[in-house]
Amino acid sequence: MYSEKVMDHFMNPRNVGEIEDADGVGQVGNAKCGDIMKMYLKIDNNVIVDAKFKTFGCGAAVATSSMATELVVGKTVEEALKITNKAVAEALDGLPPAKMHCSNLAEEAINAAIEDYKRRNGLLDESNDCTACGRRCDDVHHHDFDEDEE
Amino acid sequence: MAEKFIYMDHAATTPVKKEVLEAMLPYFTEHYGNASSVYSIGRESKKAIEEARDRVAKAIGAQSKEIFFTGSGTEADNWAIKGIAYANKTKGNHIITTSIEHHAVLHACQYLESDGFEVTYLPVNENGLVTPEQVSAAIKPNTILITIMFANNEIGTIQPIAEIGRIAREKGVYFHTDAVQAVGNIAINVAEMNIDLLSLSSHKFYGPKGVGALYIRKGVKITSFLHGGAQERGRRASTENVAGIVGLGKAIELATGKLNEYNAKLLALRERTIEEVMKNIPFVKLNGDRHQRLPGNVNFSFEFIEGESLLLMLDMKGIAASSGSACTSGSLDPSHVLLAIGLPHEIAHGSLRLSFGEDNTNEDIDYLMEVLPMIVGRLREMSPLYETVKRGNKNV
Ligand SMILES: Cc1ncc(COP(=O)(O)O)c(C=O)c1O
Ligand SMILES: [Zn+2]
Repeated sequence: MYSEKVMDHFMNPRNVGEIEDADGVGQVGNAKCGDIMKMYLKIDNNVIVDAKFKTFGCGAAVATSSMATELVVGKTVEEALKITNKAVAEALDGLPPAKMHCSNLAEEAINAAIEDYKRRNGLLDESNDCTACGRRCDDVHHHDFDEDEE
Repeated sequence: MAEKFIYMDHAATTPVKKEVLEAMLPYFTEHYGNASSVYSIGRESKKAIEEARDRVAKAIGAQSKEIFFTGSGTEADNWAIKGIAYANKTKGNHIITTSIEHHAVLHACQYLESDGFEVTYLPVNENGLVTPEQVSAAIKPNTILITIMFANNEIGTIQPIAEIGRIAREKGVYFHTDAVQAVGNIAINVAEMNIDLLSLSSHKFYGPKGVGALYIRKGVKITSFLHGGAQERGRRASTENVAGIVGLGKAIELATGKLNEYNAKLLALRERTIEEVMKNIPFVKLNGDRHQRLPGNVNFSFEFIEGESLLLMLDMKGIAASSGSACTSGSLDPSHVLLAIGLPHEIAHGSLRLSFGEDNTNEDIDYLMEVLPMIVGRLREMSPLYETVKRGNKNV
């Protein structure tokens, strides 16, 4: 079901953990729908120099978190904001259609952590509402495939 | 791939036993006759089917002519429920079931609701049990069917079937039980338990997939399921799956013949697993009743972790198991059974079902206890929910 790359990032996730003195922290998803991602960013001179994550979720959720942290490091804040869920999924050689919601969470976690960074540094454009934190399960989950049980 | 492979998912399906396969093989090749034909190889097929029917009848305390072969457990459930509903709709349109049935029952009931029938879904207690009193209180003048599973496929809970049967018989309401998980695991006698209809499926007791049976007590009013030829006395037409039926017959005979021995073996594995998991892993809950449960079933919820991750990591270690998390059920919600016993979503997501069988040994449990605590620990270290707990703030 999962690509080798997804399984690799799931079994050997990069950058698991916390950053004590992070410059931005974002948490998205909720336990009710089964996936929570928390991302920590260290930002120096507008460049993301370190990223770590903690995730409660399925294999796809863990792998996309891992990949997202790899993708953001070395990017400027503006570049990082342009990372889409599709880009994360593609970097993992694709995800099963049913699991695309998990890559949504990765994109949202990046956005939320950067928003936190901007808020802390007075860089937030007040007219810009938080796009990630208000999302509910229904928005990030898929519901359009067959149930599959034993 | 891991070299080790330990199968702990016998509630999903079981391997076909050697003796069963051997019994089946001739019916693919030399004994290929159509059971409806008059010549000798046709008659041989017919004879083999009737022998299998006798074996099924004997295994559940029924008469042979009360056994009808089907294409699966799902089909037996659908036939029982829709067949009783449509054959008895002039008597009433009310059906009683529970909220923890297999989807083969639940979705058949929901279908009937869309066609004018009324269904009561009885809630279960935190262990997954309904009481005979609940059933009794739900019966109305227009009730035509009670359908309650013998044993649950996820949490293993065994319902008070004999008591429910007695109530149903007293009130003159038909009683169907989905015994797909029970047959081959628990002693069943349909006559003593006042069961009118019972579904079973061969692949749960070391028989082939794609063949099942419905027991229909003599005199029960039910519509035919498939209309066509005269097979299964015209009630379920189509050329019989002779090899499958022979396999089912052989498998049920073997399973019920060694029931006590098999039970004792599974029970020992179950008890040891429950004891050791509860002792060695913190923040864990046993789902289902502690004692009224299938001998080979354990179901745990591990807090702060998600089931699919757990399954993937177990798989990497060569252990095959299952979970009721949303990400494995393929829908938004975790298993309806786990929600029905009152688990919050986040706890239901972290469930693990292990179902033991013939091939499992004590060494398998040794190995499980080596890898499971480690995997749970690893996933918790990765979980933002556990972080808060570790900091002593359980307010997640
Ligand atoms: C309780 C229960 N009912 C019905 C079924 C369906 O049986 P089958 O797979 O033969 O369609 C299953 C398992 O698959 C089951 O566990
Ligand atoms: Zn997921």
